[in-house]
Parts: sequence; structure tokens; C-alpha cells
Amino acid sequence: MSVIGKTWHAPRVCGNCCTTVEHLGVAFGRNVVLSDVSLRMNCGELIAIVGPNGAGKTTLLKAILGEVPHTGRIAFSIRGAASATPRLGYVPQRLNFDADSPISVSDFIASGISRYPVWLGVSASLRRRCRAALERFSAEHLLKRRLGELSGGELQRVLLAMAMEPVPHILLLDEPITGIDAKGLSVFYQTVCELRRKHDVAVMMITHDLPAIAPHADRMVFLRQSVLAEGKPAEVMANADLLVSLGSNLWTISQFSESVVKREDDHDRPLS
Amino acid sequence: MIDLFHRIAESTPVFDCLKYDFMKRALLAVALGTPMFALLGTMVVSNRMVFFSDVLGHSALTGVAIGVIMGLMDPLWSTLVFAVALAIAVNIFTRTTRAANETVLGVFLATTVALGIVLLSRGGGFAKFSGFLIGDILAVSPRQLTILAVLFAAVLAYWVLALNGLVLVSISQSLARSRGKSAFVIETSFAVLLAVVVTFSIRLVGILMINSLLVLPAAAARNLACNVRSYTLWALALSMFSGFAGLFASYYWGTASGATIVLFSALFYMIAAACGGWWRGQAPARN
Repeated sequence: MSVIGKTWHAPRVCGNCCTTVEHLGVAFGRNVVLSDVSLRMNCGELIAIVGPNGAGKTTLLKAILGEVPHTGRIAFSIRGAASATPRLGYVPQRLNFDADSPISVSDFIASGISRYPVWLGVSASLRRRCRAALERFSAEHLLKRRLGELSGGELQRVLLAMAMEPVPHILLLDEPITGIDAKGLSVFYQTVCELRRKHDVAVMMITHDLPAIAPHADRMVFLRQSVLAEGKPAEVMANADLLVSLGSNLWTISQFSESVVKREDDHDRPLS
Repeated sequence: MIDLFHRIAESTPVFDCLKYDFMKRALLAVALGTPMFALLGTMVVSNRMVFFSDVLGHSALTGVAIGVIMGLMDPLWSTLVFAVALAIAVNIFTRTTRAANETVLGVFLATTVALGIVLLSRGGGFAKFSGFLIGDILAVSPRQLTILAVLFAAVLAYWVLALNGLVLVSISQSLARSRGKSAFVIETSFAVLLAVVVTFSIRLVGILMINSLLVLPAAAARNLACNVRSYTLWALALSMFSGFAGLFASYYWGTASGATIVLFSALFYMIAAACGGWWRGQAPARN
């Protein structure tokens, strides 16, 4: 994604912010979704959250967003300040909106980054900002399109563009690669890695595509209600018991572990 | 302001019915009410609150009944309090239960309508309340016009302050949250505003018609618009045009104004639905 180099401005994040999740618990009625989850995430780090369906991965992101009530503590510290409000970028797993809604891409981005009401139109300067945000992901041609008529991959790029404008401290990605083709996928991983390197953005990404994320992730967290394993991707994935619980049809475990070990030469010591 | 409006109305020869004060007042009510409904309607439709606003309108039956039982001279206030309380209750209820939104709304609709009818029909006297069902815009009083103007100003102010939040929430609540906008606060404040406007307008257009006035112009506009601005402008134009056309038609046909306005809106909806694809196809040429 060569466009990134052209439009990128100087990093705006500090370089030493940190997110701490301590003994997090979430329950909906009697249904315990998360219990005693503790995590630490530094800026510039990419953490892959993996786990079976219903493991509470999305709920964890929503707790960090402040959308679901929880027990325990989620603290952000920026440059030594004990508590601070970080800028969050978020790409949801799927959007459940009316595809027939007359909301254009520029309306959508403008409504997120500006207080000027979009029903009065999007001003030229705001439109330039939206275009610049889209250019980072080679999606500027989508500016005038209706949100509902975009393909899965196009929508994903628009969501990423919005999540990165302004550059957040923490980027939360909930299965962001659903609906992206193979070519788009490699571009996507390249982009995410470039983002965190250049801007020290902490990235937390939920994914089921372990082989693809493994070479890029600093750490992998296997979540099922609580953190069952955490460490270098190769370490977590070498823990075959956990992988089996994910469902053997997702990938062939042996093949998968091999590929990971090859790519993660330095850290090939298994957990168990 | 009203004087100026009267003078303009009288100097237009085509609309000789405007020699009557009640028609002038009704025209002013339409001029204030229809753009307000159009604005609210755009987000009612976008945020899938069509059924919810219908429930709000019908809940007026119970609100009126409570007022009558309490011996209020004007049941408007009891209706208002009831509708606002209901709006908040539904918002909290749909978030805390796992039941589908429309199921919850269906239960609220059934309960409020039944309760209202039971209370109002005690002693077989429901007929005298049938005015609430169809409303009467021709009977609008100067005081009601003042309240309409205040409400219109409130809706405009809300639209300037909170529309971006409503747009974001209509796409994704979590995404809105990541931008520091609480879906609960936005949806509840919008529901309360809607409750106040709907309750007040019941007298003018009736319980049966209020929701159509909200929904139809926005529904028609969706077929024609490609962004929020054109969506809003189309809804405003269609709503106001149907309002004026319906008002004059109802005068000459001797029909209920609210329902006649709705018929015009429905006509525009059908035209927009038929031509929408073609019109939007022309969009690249216009840009």
C-alpha cells in the first residue's frame, strides 16, 4: 500500500501509553461471558485475540470501549499519567445497518470526526479531511458512494480509514478481515503493521485466521471466558489442546503449527 | 410575524379559503409541523424506530385516559408525561431484556391501547374521545401555534447538536461509542423529543395518522437521496408539499385534513419508489 507513505503525517501518539486490564468480568444476567481477564498492552504492540465462537472476544473489546458494564479494572495510562482517556479506533465485526440508508461515505466519516451536523452538508475542508483519511487505504474513490452499496472489502477499508482518523492510541479490530479476498488480506496486514510502526498505535485484533496473523502479532491471547494462554504466537499455537477446542475444520493443526514455527524462528518453544 | 403571514395569505387570489382565520392558522400549523415531522422522520426511519413512534402515538390513548380520570381540564399534560415515561421505559427495557425489539414494542402497543380504550370506554362514553383518533388541524389555537413554533425550534436545535450521533448510532452503536457517543443517551433523548412532538401533534392530526406523517416523507426521500443532506432536503420538500396540498384538498373535499395530507404523502412515496432507481442512476451526472 504505497499511498500510505505519501499521506502519512508525523506520529501524533506519545510512544509510551499502556492499557491494563485487571480481573475483568462481564456477565449478562446469569450468563458469565468473561471472568478474571487480565491483560497488558503497550503502544506499538499488536495483540491477536483468538478463541472459539462465544468465547467473549467481542465482549472484551466492548468492555474496553466502555459499552458493556464490567467488574474489575480497565486503566489507560498515557505518558505516566495514572488515568487518561485514550483515543480509540474501532472496526466492528459486522454492521447491522439498513443497506438502503442514504448515508454516503463522506457523511459517515464526517459524522464521526466532526461536530458540524452532516444534514447541513459536508464542508469542503471536512471533505478534504475525509478524502485524506480514505487515501491511506486507497479508498478515496468511495467518498460519494452510499455506505450500503459498498462491497465487504470496500466497507472494511472505509471503517479502517475512519478508525485511523484521527490516529488513535488504541486500535480495536473485531475480525476485520471477514469479507476481504486473498489479495486484500496481504494488503490489510501490511497496512496494519505499517500503522502501528509509524504511529505506535496499540492494536488489539480478534481473528480466526491464526496462520495469517502469527507472523505479525507480538503476542497472542487465547481467550475462552478467561485467558487460557498468552505469549508469542508460536507458543500459544503449539498448545494443541486449545487448538482442538477451536474446531479441527478450521485448519489442519500439524500443518499450521509447522508454518508458524518456520516463521517464528526465534520463539519456537512450546507452552506445554 | 403572524400578521405578515396573514397579509401574504390574503393577497394570494388562488387560495380564497384563506379568508377564514381558521384556515390561516391551519396553514401556519402545517408550515411549522410538516418540516418538524420530516426532520424527525428521517432518523426515525434510519434508526428503525418506525414501530416505536407508532407505539408512542397510540400510547396517547392511555395518557388521555389518565388525564380524564385525574379530572384534568386538558389531558395534554398527562399524555405528555405518560409518553415521555413510556419512551424512556421502552429504551431501558429493550436494552435489559433479550427479547426482540419489536416483540417488546408489540407488547407495549397492545397494553397501552387496550388500557386506554378500557379506561375511556367506562360507561360507554368512548365516542366523545374519537376526536383524538383523527385530530383536527383546523381547530388549532394561537396558543397551540406558539407551542408548535417552540417545538420546531427545539427540533432544529437538537438536529444541529445531535444529528451526527444519530447517524453514527444508526450504523453501529459500538462505533458511536468508540467516538465517545453513548447510544443510550442519544436514543433516549431522541425518543423523548419524539414523544413530546408526537403527543402534542395528536390534537392536530390524530393518533391514527401521526406516524404516517413522520414516516412517509422520509421513506419517499430514501428512494431519491444519496447522502444525508439530500435525504433531509427531499423529506422536508415532500413533507411540506404534501402538507399544503393535503390541507387545501381537504378544505375543498370536506375531508379530514390529517388523512388527506397522508394520502398525498403516500402518493409521493409511490412515485419516489417507482422513479428512485432511475433518479439515483442519474446521480453521477449531477455530481
